[in-house]
Amino acid sequence: MMEVKETTHLYEEIEALAEFYGRDRSALLIILKEVQKKYHCISDYAQQEIARVLNIHPVEVYSVVSFYSFIYPEQTGRHIVRLCKTISCDLANKTYVEEAITRELGIKFGETTSDLRITLEHTNCLGYCDNGPAMLIDDKVYGNLTPEKAVQLLEELE
Amino acid sequence: MVTKAKKRTGEVLFSKYTPGSAIEKVITMSREDVLFEVRESKLKGRGGAGFPTATKWMLTAAAQAEKKYIICNADEGEPGTFKDRVLLLEYPELVFEGMVVAAYAIGAKYGIVYLRDEYSYMVKSLNDFLAGMKKEKLLGNSILGKEGFDFDIQIFLGAGAYVCGEETALIESLEGQRGEPRNRPPYPVNTGFKGFPTVVNNVETLASVAHIIVKGGEWFRTHGTDKSTGSKLFSVSGDCAKPGVYELPWGISIKELLKIVGAEKTKAVQVGGASGVCIPASQFNRKLSYEDAATGGSIIIFNESRNMLHVMKNFLEFFMEESCGQCTPCRIGNRILLEAANKLAKKDFTFAYLHSIKELCRTMQVASKCGLGQTSPNAFLSILENFSDDIYGHKNKNGVNHVR
Repeated sequence: MMEVKETTHLYEEIEALAEFYGRDRSALLIILKEVQKKYHCISDYAQQEIARVLNIHPVEVYSVVSFYSFIYPEQTGRHIVRLCKTISCDLANKTYVEEAITRELGIKFGETTSDLRITLEHTNCLGYCDNGPAMLIDDKVYGNLTPEKAVQLLEELE
Repeated sequence: MVTKAKKRTGEVLFSKYTPGSAIEKVITMSREDVLFEVRESKLKGRGGAGFPTATKWMLTAAAQAEKKYIICNADEGEPGTFKDRVLLLEYPELVFEGMVVAAYAIGAKYGIVYLRDEYSYMVKSLNDFLAGMKKEKLLGNSILGKEGFDFDIQIFLGAGAYVCGEETALIESLEGQRGEPRNRPPYPVNTGFKGFPTVVNNVETLASVAHIIVKGGEWFRTHGTDKSTGSKLFSVSGDCAKPGVYELPWGISIKELLKIVGAEKTKAVQVGGASGVCIPASQFNRKLSYEDAATGGSIIIFNESRNMLHVMKNFLEFFMEESCGQCTPCRIGNRILLEAANKLAKKDFTFAYLHSIKELCRTMQVASKCGLGQTSPNAFLSILENFSDDIYGHKNKNGVNHVR
């Protein structure tokens, strides 16, 4: 991973990313992720700039952005919380965790808190089925959740 | 967060292994001997499809090209599977050394680990491990002083798409495209990453290779059954006392496995994840192997309190979301199957309707482009067939279903 130099212009950052990862199309996913890490979305403008540095049509970038469930064209919160809803976690009572989180945050799954702190989502199997219910907070995984523990983890997020 | 390495024991994969030994041995062998050894082991792909590993390697080895690639498929997305997580966290040496062996056999200079984004918490430890291997000359130029044997491994993160576990979709994703499976042929062994011959192997397959090189194909074959050699890592979850990853020989019966993991009052076992089949208690003598109940490792256990219709709906929701949408049988088919499951739940169906749904399942199995759509009707059909109680209503006092 590369440290992007602090600049005020998104296009300069994208230029620097392309310089670092290469202007090959296979660098597209990693560039998208780096931009997303900082801006918490891939805006239309970012998509156009990325298309420019990789010398592809912006629609090509959009086709990829819209395909992957971990890439977001719309603004997300600073943290993305993904609760596993696949069968093993479901058997382990993920429903109670689900209810507790929605109560606490006051938003439904698929929504973002108004202060842009948390985006709440369901996700498919996290590969943590032996420790269900499991949840991914940004890129960390947490298992054996109880409603209380899950809510506490969310409270710790800035 | 991530539990630290527990001491595991097993006959093959979790048996004693000295890091570096597969690479030390392989550079003393000829490429033909390496391929021969892997063929002798009769190792089959551990991702679920069970294609003979040696055949894949030989086809790539025989291909003439300026570049070749070896890709480790760590896009472990099948519901209920987590064995690759354990291998990558606790036994990275087996996986990476298996890649080096493959590279030696096929003549590849570049290795890529396609890691699912859900596992991005592993990236740091994996990269640190790779740096350590480089320091010890187990990776890089002239590996262990062997002139002309250059190989390097890079980690590439996916972005949350189950279908990218399909090898051609995985390659598309690596190339910066939507993860949509390609038409086959051509197969990746001829036209893979960026058009070059490419071997795509599952994490567990590569880990097995490291042991095979050190201990021999014949040793490997002494484990398991005739057609399913070696051992298998089973990811066990659901209603049991001890969920987790178990290394067991191929050919073990479902009943034996349930005993080991402490499962009681078991109603059904889903073998092979969402794309596998749901096996009722009456068939628990079936054996886990390529020739009987095949699995990429996922074992999900349901006890008597579970409603299988609910399970069916959960799986179908999964497939509807994860279908890449490229081919119609899969895109529309999974949507209709989920609709059918909801109708079953509301008892809003006729048998004529169910019949047409079964025909749709058949269409999906033959007409879908990749494994996703070809296997997604499995769970629907096996639950419909084996758990009619949950679906049509309960048996009357003579043990006959009210509606038949």
